[in-house]
Amino acid sequence: MGVQLPFPTPQIEYSLLLPVLVILGAAVVSVLIEAVAAESLRRTLQPLLAFGSLAIALAGCVGLWDQRQVVAQGALVVDGPTVILQGTLLILAVLGALLMMESRVDPAGDPFAARASTIPGSADERGFGARRQTEVWPLFLFAVGGMLMFPAANDLLTAFIALEVFSLPLYLLTGMARRRRLLSQEAALKYFVLGAFSSAVFLFGSALIYAATGSLDFAGIADAVSADPTSGLLLSAGVALLLAGMLFKVGAAPFHQWSPDVYQGAPTALTAFMSAATKVAAFGALLRVMFVALGGAAWDWQPAVAVIAGLSMLVGAITAVVQSDIKRVLAYSSVAHAGFILTGVLAASPKGLSGSLVYLVAYGFVTLAAFGLLTVVRSPAGEATDVQQWAGLAKKSPVTASVFSLLLLTMAGLPLTSGFTAKFAAWSAAWGGWQTGVVVIGAVSSTIAAAFYLRIIVSMWFSEGDDAVVVALPGLGTRTVVGVGVASAVVFGVAPQLLLGLVDGVGVFLR
Amino acid sequence: MRGAPAVSAYLPILVLGLVSFGFAVFSVVAGALTGPKRYNRARLAAYECGIEPTPQPAGGGRFPVKYYLTAMLFIVFDIEIVFLYPWAVTFDRLALFGLIEMVLFIATVLVAYAYVWRRGGLEWDN
Repeated sequence: MGVQLPFPTPQIEYSLLLPVLVILGAAVVSVLIEAVAAESLRRTLQPLLAFGSLAIALAGCVGLWDQRQVVAQGALVVDGPTVILQGTLLILAVLGALLMMESRVDPAGDPFAARASTIPGSADERGFGARRQTEVWPLFLFAVGGMLMFPAANDLLTAFIALEVFSLPLYLLTGMARRRRLLSQEAALKYFVLGAFSSAVFLFGSALIYAATGSLDFAGIADAVSADPTSGLLLSAGVALLLAGMLFKVGAAPFHQWSPDVYQGAPTALTAFMSAATKVAAFGALLRVMFVALGGAAWDWQPAVAVIAGLSMLVGAITAVVQSDIKRVLAYSSVAHAGFILTGVLAASPKGLSGSLVYLVAYGFVTLAAFGLLTVVRSPAGEATDVQQWAGLAKKSPVTASVFSLLLLTMAGLPLTSGFTAKFAAWSAAWGGWQTGVVVIGAVSSTIAAAFYLRIIVSMWFSEGDDAVVVALPGLGTRTVVGVGVASAVVFGVAPQLLLGLVDGVGVFLR
Repeated sequence: MRGAPAVSAYLPILVLGLVSFGFAVFSVVAGALTGPKRYNRARLAAYECGIEPTPQPAGGGRFPVKYYLTAMLFIVFDIEIVFLYPWAVTFDRLALFGLIEMVLFIATVLVAYAYVWRRGGLEWDN
């Protein structure tokens, strides 16, 4: 035996990690239920477990409000931004789970294929018919657990693991739509291949940053960066690759190519959760990396991020105008929103952080509600996602048309909606940080975006519709999701200080 | 010579690289020179690598996933062993903390095992 080095026993602060541990623990139990319980029992137990664990995690998250600590040997940080992001993610997960439970709008059952491995259109597939599968629940819980870890990660390796933990289940869930199986499988494959590629790019960037700074944890990287602000080629290349990997996840142009196909092909209930929660988790992690680890090199990354922000806003807004599928319209609009949020990141100041957080919270609830509402407008073939099919919707269901109009206007950033609050918070931070050019591009592209939102609204209210398209009466779950979205749009719009005050209270990232 | 130890520290790696390269070259050359050359159908078959990629059934068809299942199962237990070794070396110093963490870890791995077992992943002819 060689020399016995001093070996301190590791510390794990279980109480501070409660939200993450509860969700991941529930995911493991959920796998066990899949293994041993009968199908009818699983259908009751799995949602119960999911909602129960989400509720406990949310309560735990509220209890962490005042905590500011580096935990688990420096792997994770519990601070203000972590808590507010985890809280937002957990609420979004509850709403997403409600959409996944919805079984009233589709006569065939819930939104997921009875068995995703069967060949679309085969006798084998028809044989499973109206059966339901419950494997979506463990996958969902693992995804939520990874998302909770991602914005709390305090070193690049933990961040990478969190990224994989939430990405892999999402790839699988994307391929599980009950209707339009081929489109769904194609989306899953595209998402997986491009996602795996971007993860590799992220990892390569981490390796180069380690080579340049000798550290993987954010504080160590920050020290190395500020000790030598004239960053070398190695560090610049590493940062560029790391950024590319993360910007892929948030769906910023030019790394957005996957998002329209995936948003369109995935089961809409999942698209709703994914579009909202992935953005919150990935932007949370991006903010921490840029502000904590690379804050000292802000002058170096700001020009690049400025270009990407501008490009995302323009590409998202302009491309959305020519889309004919409403899910793709929302996908491109989420690319534009990624650009708007990047405007806040760009400010590289505490104000930029709170602006981005405000945007994420406001955007998350509204997007989830908008996708949730897509599920109720149906034709005999399934969801009616063609923009043409939405024409004249106001005559069939004034409520649906009104709510969808409100959600679209919120996304456009109309004053007195949460969209305006969000844009104001992000842009005023960027303006204060002298990023005026980007704010101008943002204003221009939100005008373009408003044009296509208005086009849909006009067609819903002032056109004749297709009689084959009907509005299904959704269950309580979908109604709750839409209700929360509308409430958040109105409340955070009329009384923005509620949201702004909440976010200002969280302070800055802990180093 | 203060630089000398730094150089020698990397020398074994260089030697290892050379030995590996030499062994690879030797294997290929020796095999080509000494091996019998009998051509038949078996030589074109996939060697313990799973399914035949061609010919494909119409429309892509279905293909068995048992080989992939075996690979995944291997990874489950391989990863478990990878973490058990360092623990075995330091378990006295990690004390109760290490024991609890490892029990949790093994329990998690066992859940994966239970899932595979109950879902018929261990039955080859199915």
